[in-house]
Amino acid sequence: MTQPSLFDLLGSGPDGWGPALAAGALMTILIALAGYAIGMVFGALGAWAKIAGGPVARGVAGTYTTVLRGIPDLLVIYLFYFGGSTVISAIGHLFGASGFISFPGFLAGALAVGVTSGAQQTEVFRGAYKAVHSGELEAAIACGMSPFLRFRRIIAPLTLRHALPGMGNVWQVVLKESALVSITGVVELLRQSQIGAGSTGRPFDFYFIAAIIYLAISTLSGALLQFGEKRFTRGVRRG
Amino acid sequence: MDFAFLYETFVTLVSAIPTTLQLAATSVALGTVLALGLALCRLSGIAPLDWFARAYIFIFRGTPLLVQIFLIYYGLSQFREVRRSMFWFILRDPYWCAVIALMLCTAAYSAEIIRGGLLSVPHGQVEAGRASGMSRFMVFRRIVMPLAIRQSLPAYSNEIISMVKATSLASIITIMEITGVAAKLISETYRAIEVFIVAGAIYLAINFLLIRIVALIEYRLSPHLRQAPVLPPVAAGETR
Amino acid sequence: MTVMSNITTTPAIEVRGLRKSFGPTEVLKGIDLTAHEGEVISILGSSGSGKSTMLRCINMLETPDAGDISVAGEKIALKHDAKGRGQIVDRRQVQRIRSELGMVFQSFNLWSHKTVIENIVEAPIHVQKRPKAEAIAEAEALLEKVGIADKRNHYPAHLSGGQQQRAAIARALAMRPKVILFDEPTSALDPELVGEVLRVMRSLADEGRTMLVVTHEMGFARDVSSRVIFLHQGAIEEQGSPQEMFTNAQSERFRKFISG
Repeated sequence: MTQPSLFDLLGSGPDGWGPALAAGALMTILIALAGYAIGMVFGALGAWAKIAGGPVARGVAGTYTTVLRGIPDLLVIYLFYFGGSTVISAIGHLFGASGFISFPGFLAGALAVGVTSGAQQTEVFRGAYKAVHSGELEAAIACGMSPFLRFRRIIAPLTLRHALPGMGNVWQVVLKESALVSITGVVELLRQSQIGAGSTGRPFDFYFIAAIIYLAISTLSGALLQFGEKRFTRGVRRG
Repeated sequence: MDFAFLYETFVTLVSAIPTTLQLAATSVALGTVLALGLALCRLSGIAPLDWFARAYIFIFRGTPLLVQIFLIYYGLSQFREVRRSMFWFILRDPYWCAVIALMLCTAAYSAEIIRGGLLSVPHGQVEAGRASGMSRFMVFRRIVMPLAIRQSLPAYSNEIISMVKATSLASIITIMEITGVAAKLISETYRAIEVFIVAGAIYLAINFLLIRIVALIEYRLSPHLRQAPVLPPVAAGETR
Repeated sequence: MTVMSNITTTPAIEVRGLRKSFGPTEVLKGIDLTAHEGEVISILGSSGSGKSTMLRCINMLETPDAGDISVAGEKIALKHDAKGRGQIVDRRQVQRIRSELGMVFQSFNLWSHKTVIENIVEAPIHVQKRPKAEAIAEAEALLEKVGIADKRNHYPAHLSGGQQQRAAIARALAMRPKVILFDEPTSALDPELVGEVLRVMRSLADEGRTMLVVTHEMGFARDVSSRVIFLHQGAIEEQGSPQEMFTNAQSERFRKFISG
């Protein structure tokens, strides 16, 4: 019996897992993007609460970031996956459904990744806001801008520019964290590799390929982010 | 709230704390040694060593820890040579595989922290050590290392916290640490939210304690950064 | 003391009984000041005399604890909270009045994410809602005037301090202000760059613009301003024409101040 080579595993022939792995990689990117987007919303809200909120909002945001930075991401995924199922099963029973309704893994994963990365984004945005030179805000006040106009034209763009490097770091973390979503059964890159490993008996080859694809995605997106950062932060950062 | 259930969960999860701490402590300790080696490679000025360390750090920081765990625990068993080697008794044990993966991964992150610490030592202080007749090794041991450790501690405390969190991944390869036990409880009781609260509280408590301990060490190690004592005028010259 | 301008016209700025404290420190202890159209008033005083705070109260960057401020005859509405601190009543009124005053800061405060031309047209287009083409044409003329037309598309970080401050002056002028407030405009500049900024300010004075200038530049105060005010510990110690002040001041402190 001849073993298919690593090359055959990657191809699209009868032994080929290429298309399946590509689909898995795409799913990984989708989970990461969805989680990242949710995290941006949480991060913006958290930073807003910490910067401009009253004592209650500040307390909630402080608890949020402390808790989420102190507990494992995997635990948060379990919470959303199983907890979500519990909640929607209960809702289902109200409407006469019976049995256990499972919560969609993609949604649970994206939410969990979003909530955890949101805690990091909160700190990124808050630090970026603090880095904005107060004189620039004062100049905006002095020329008669309303608070909303000030936020839209001066504060938000400046904060965003200062936040970009940190936001790039959070993206890399999110990308790696998306691998944990495989436990919900969503067929992303790692889950697809597990399937391949199981059905061919070649776990090393599959996990090795997966590692290389993760490296490629993170390197490519990192380069892309750096390019965008350079273009976008002209003037704000020197050199 | 069902306090009886919360209490029961708490008692069950507490029994898993030693496993979590053991995993974290072993891999951080071994990882630190490896990290120091990597940092020295990076700073050695010897191109092959520098490139090796760079590649290592790039690979281990660029891939998910879970993939690294799977590669070591499941992946290596693909090779008959590994299965027949003298290391097989370690490599077939999920606990040791988790320790190895965690250690390799934390070394990549810690290496950069240590490197930053070493680079932060002012050159003048090294020169002063050389000028007073210390050997290169003695300067490193007596001057550079203490200053670098002090400088890297805050970042290191973050890395230790990440490692405590990362030990949860060992549950995926059947290790019954806190998250593993919690997942089992959830699948048995379907009470994800309560179990999550208890498990989360335990992790928070552990990490809070660790932060305090590192802060205490930091305080002890940095008398030179504290406010100078006002009373003894003789010692005043030495405090800076 | 002589008041130089015609009293029948409405003053461009009128300040009555202005008081301001920061915590326990009373920084302004009742200031009266009238600036008529076309006047260039230099405000002198050692650091801590309250001169910057006074300027910043005029456009409400600091809210006064007591006193009235009127711009072109319109009084800024203020109320006081339980602790006696001043509060703005009508945010819109303050925003409108601010848009009628230009301000030049010590540290320039150009918006770092916008080019020079974008800095200048920002408020005319978005605050004053003027047509974009008109605002740009006017901004270009202003850049020509302050002598940095070639820096039109540069970011502030790539300009020298003197160029940044001239751009900031153009930004203030672009709002067609009734009065321009200068808060130590040359204090953050290297000595060799002070001259280029002072030249621009002198040309504005020659045009008959109304200017309030907090400064340490004695030459500017003596040669360019129509009136000099000397502040000491939150109160006006003496004021008058530059000739009077620099040759025949009553205040011993002021004579010491200008001599050394």
